[in-house]
Amino acid sequence: MKKTNSVLVIGGGIAGMQASLDLASRGMRVYLVEKTPSIGGRMAQLDKTFPTMDCSMCILAPKMVDTFRHPNITLLTYSEIMEVSGSVGNFTVKVLKKPRFVNPEKCTGCGICAQHCPVEVPNEFDMNLGVRKAIYVPFPQAAPLVYTIDEDNCLKCELCGKVCLAGAIDYDQKPELLTLNVGAIVVATGYDLFDVRKRTEYGYGKYPNVMISLEFERMESASGPTGGHIVRLSDGRVPEKIAFIQCVGSRSIKGGLPYCSSACCMYATKEAVLIREHNPKCEVYIFYNDLKVFGKGFQDFINRAEDTWGVKYVRALPGEITEDSKTGKLIVWYEDTTENAIKNLKADIVVLCPALIPKPDNKKLAKILGVELDQHGFFKSKDPMLAPIDTTVPGIFIAGYCQGPKDIPESVAQASGASGRAAESMALATVKGVRRTARK
Amino acid sequence: MDVPEVVKYAETLSNVAYAERNLYTCSSEGLRKIKDAIEKHNLNRVVVASCTPRTHEPLFRATCEEAGVNKYLFEMANIREQCSWVHSHEPEKATEKAKEIVRMAVAKARLLQPQEEPEIDVTPSALVIGGGISGLTAALCLANQGFKVHVVEKERELGGLLKKVHKLYPSMEDASAVLKRAIKAVESNKNIKILTSTVIKGVKGFIGNFDVIVQKGKQKPRTIQVGTIIVASGATSFEPIGMFGYGESKKIITQSQLEEFLKTGKLKKPKRVVMIQCVGARRPTGRTYCSRVCCMTALKNSMLIKELSPDTDIYILYRELQTYGKEYEEWHRMAQDKGIKFIKYALERPPEVTVTPDGKLSVKVHHALLDEEMTIENDLVVLSTPLIQHEDGKALSQMLKVPLGSDGFFFEAHVKLRPIDFATDGIYVCGTAHSPKDVAESIAQAYGVASRAAIPMALKRLRTEAITSSVDESLCTGCGTCVKLCPYGAIEKDEKGVAKVTAVVCKGCGVCAASCPERAITMRHFTNEQIIAQALAALGRVPA
Repeated sequence: MKKTNSVLVIGGGIAGMQASLDLASRGMRVYLVEKTPSIGGRMAQLDKTFPTMDCSMCILAPKMVDTFRHPNITLLTYSEIMEVSGSVGNFTVKVLKKPRFVNPEKCTGCGICAQHCPVEVPNEFDMNLGVRKAIYVPFPQAAPLVYTIDEDNCLKCELCGKVCLAGAIDYDQKPELLTLNVGAIVVATGYDLFDVRKRTEYGYGKYPNVMISLEFERMESASGPTGGHIVRLSDGRVPEKIAFIQCVGSRSIKGGLPYCSSACCMYATKEAVLIREHNPKCEVYIFYNDLKVFGKGFQDFINRAEDTWGVKYVRALPGEITEDSKTGKLIVWYEDTTENAIKNLKADIVVLCPALIPKPDNKKLAKILGVELDQHGFFKSKDPMLAPIDTTVPGIFIAGYCQGPKDIPESVAQASGASGRAAESMALATVKGVRRTARK
Repeated sequence: MDVPEVVKYAETLSNVAYAERNLYTCSSEGLRKIKDAIEKHNLNRVVVASCTPRTHEPLFRATCEEAGVNKYLFEMANIREQCSWVHSHEPEKATEKAKEIVRMAVAKARLLQPQEEPEIDVTPSALVIGGGISGLTAALCLANQGFKVHVVEKERELGGLLKKVHKLYPSMEDASAVLKRAIKAVESNKNIKILTSTVIKGVKGFIGNFDVIVQKGKQKPRTIQVGTIIVASGATSFEPIGMFGYGESKKIITQSQLEEFLKTGKLKKPKRVVMIQCVGARRPTGRTYCSRVCCMTALKNSMLIKELSPDTDIYILYRELQTYGKEYEEWHRMAQDKGIKFIKYALERPPEVTVTPDGKLSVKVHHALLDEEMTIENDLVVLSTPLIQHEDGKALSQMLKVPLGSDGFFFEAHVKLRPIDFATDGIYVCGTAHSPKDVAESIAQAYGVASRAAIPMALKRLRTEAITSSVDESLCTGCGTCVKLCPYGAIEKDEKGVAKVTAVVCKGCGVCAASCPERAITMRHFTNEQIIAQALAALGRVPA
């Protein structure tokens, strides 16, 4: 058996980056495959992180650059896994490198192309609150800082090709199929958001001031579509009252997901504290079921939010949101169980905290990898208690939210864990391989 | 602030050959521009005026090095945290201040000297402190990768906290069966040496070269040499003396005692059980944290009691149910289906436990959701108490020179992105020594530290800190102040009676240099001359 010292990591979010850096730092070759044009993942979209209130991009960007610059990491962005065969110690992986129509060797990331591109499309990075061009980088700190032509929206006007000083635009770029040989695979594909439109009672999509938390996160971010100003999307007015609703689609058997998403109580608290920091006059209410304070420093953070920042917690699951058409104010209807009365709260913005759900693509990827998913669609652990990082296939490991709900530190620790397991499984596979050869 | 104006100002400073504005200096594009400028203008010092060196200096230094400039010839001017962020309402003054900060950085940069980072060899073996499930998992993972591992356990047997646990959620496997397998795997691995009844008496050295003094029982202490250290020392349960009637009746027990009763089959079928959550946890002051595992432990043990005795009534008095993650909500539903009753109480109105003169128990609780006072007569009260740091955690933290947090648990290097590293290189933390967590979470972290510790051991050679202190022997009077104050134990008095710094242990904190009465200690990269030049530049007392 030919010995390989390489590992494939699927997904370039914080978990995938940590797994890659751990393996690369010890001298192993890592292929990091990311579907979108840049690494960074969800964490890149966050404004701050709880409970320390670190600026998310400020702590993430150095990791992104480390990953991008590491001599042992081959970064394959805008690429997808097509085929996997073999077994631990010796997997063959086919990766499709989608055409960017921009030569990464020549592109300087100057952005002149995007300035001239006449096509504006909703910016996914800003949760569609802002716009980007058809030739774009997902966000300014993207790694690699190489522009990509979004084929679906490009008008083929070829203006970008005319203005690019570096001559980097290449309309003839073709998809490339790469074949990799790796000893182990780490899956770190992250999460998606529950479609809150399914909860018609909350009026998302109908009332412009009902938002989801990740949209709100972009709005709070200084690099976001409003430059960090918190405003009502309906009229741009500064809000006086904002309400958060927890567990939208989570912890619910009917029409949702049965599990707890594990991060929402804390990120809602963080977003609430940020509102109070930006504008102490704006009142903030968080409607919750059970506050999940199980992590390190969580309870202290909630205490600070309540005592220092004056965030108000209301234990209730609102039944409906209506709108006062004159003022644009939202009316949140809820049951006060202690008084056994129906009450309401008028808010300028309501932020829904949706269930965090498995990526729909997991099914396809699981099939390619030959691993099992659990009943929700997360990657299934070989043993939820004793082998949380192992999948049902030896040599394939899981890290981060794709395995189940967890926060950033847990994802990072688990990503290191997946690296540890990957190295261990390859070492054992090699030993076995040598023994087999010896017997022959 | 007006950045172009700051750039223009920088160009006027003496010795500045080139200045430019860059929107995202830390992006790969920005770094490439630095390298290009070094080459094009033949630069021998680089100053970046942007954000904090804490996160970005390593990156810029590496960039300089790639362009052939010693990385210690780089200086950073923080015009974000120390300027634009704090003066956002006064843009004109902020611009002036930014110029001053840049002037200071340039003044220092002129005097910078190249520095070398010493190289050290790494002993490819690890010490694992604690033989619980975390320590055993980490040890086995490292041993399977070919590294030698010493597992030190203070008790006579391996197993840690799980020794006292009956069944494990979510699989409901016997904890003893799980432990037995883990212990067998560790004991039969030829790369692992197990030292039970053994305590750590002292730790010396640094990453790659730790000398650990261990003592088994009353035997003579001996020294083992390791390259890395993993803290998997676990936790212990809080004993709720004087709380909720604990100690007044044998029928008032802790959740860990209930585990033991269930494990040994000593639990007589009670008619009615009341479990009280958050006993001594989530307090407004002191022990403020949530112990994470108690809600699920209460649910698990309730279900086990129901299995043994379906007619037993069980009440769980909780504040907030921590049924997080992808499986535990389901457990809550299962428990409700089995008839286990959940009553929410508020911190301000805790339940009251009364022992009647005839030995019966009664719990008075205010149902926070119904706003109703209830009294539950019962024959067993179970108090869920938090996991806390061991008595000897503090001693261990001092020996290893790694910190404990305000919750008493070991405190990691960075809460978000370095959750299992310590700030001290070569020492890592996992399991309940880090914070309360269940078996799956402990195992995930244990594999994590195995990966972190494997990095230096696989590399075999490392480069260490260059910014260290050095002693001018002709000025040193041998007073020993620095020896006492050095937080890393990096300074000793040598045979001549003068202070001697072990450079690879020194972290460059500067305590010694600041406290030396004879000014005999100099910090590399932070010399008096450099700092004074910076101060004079701040005061405008040197020509720009």
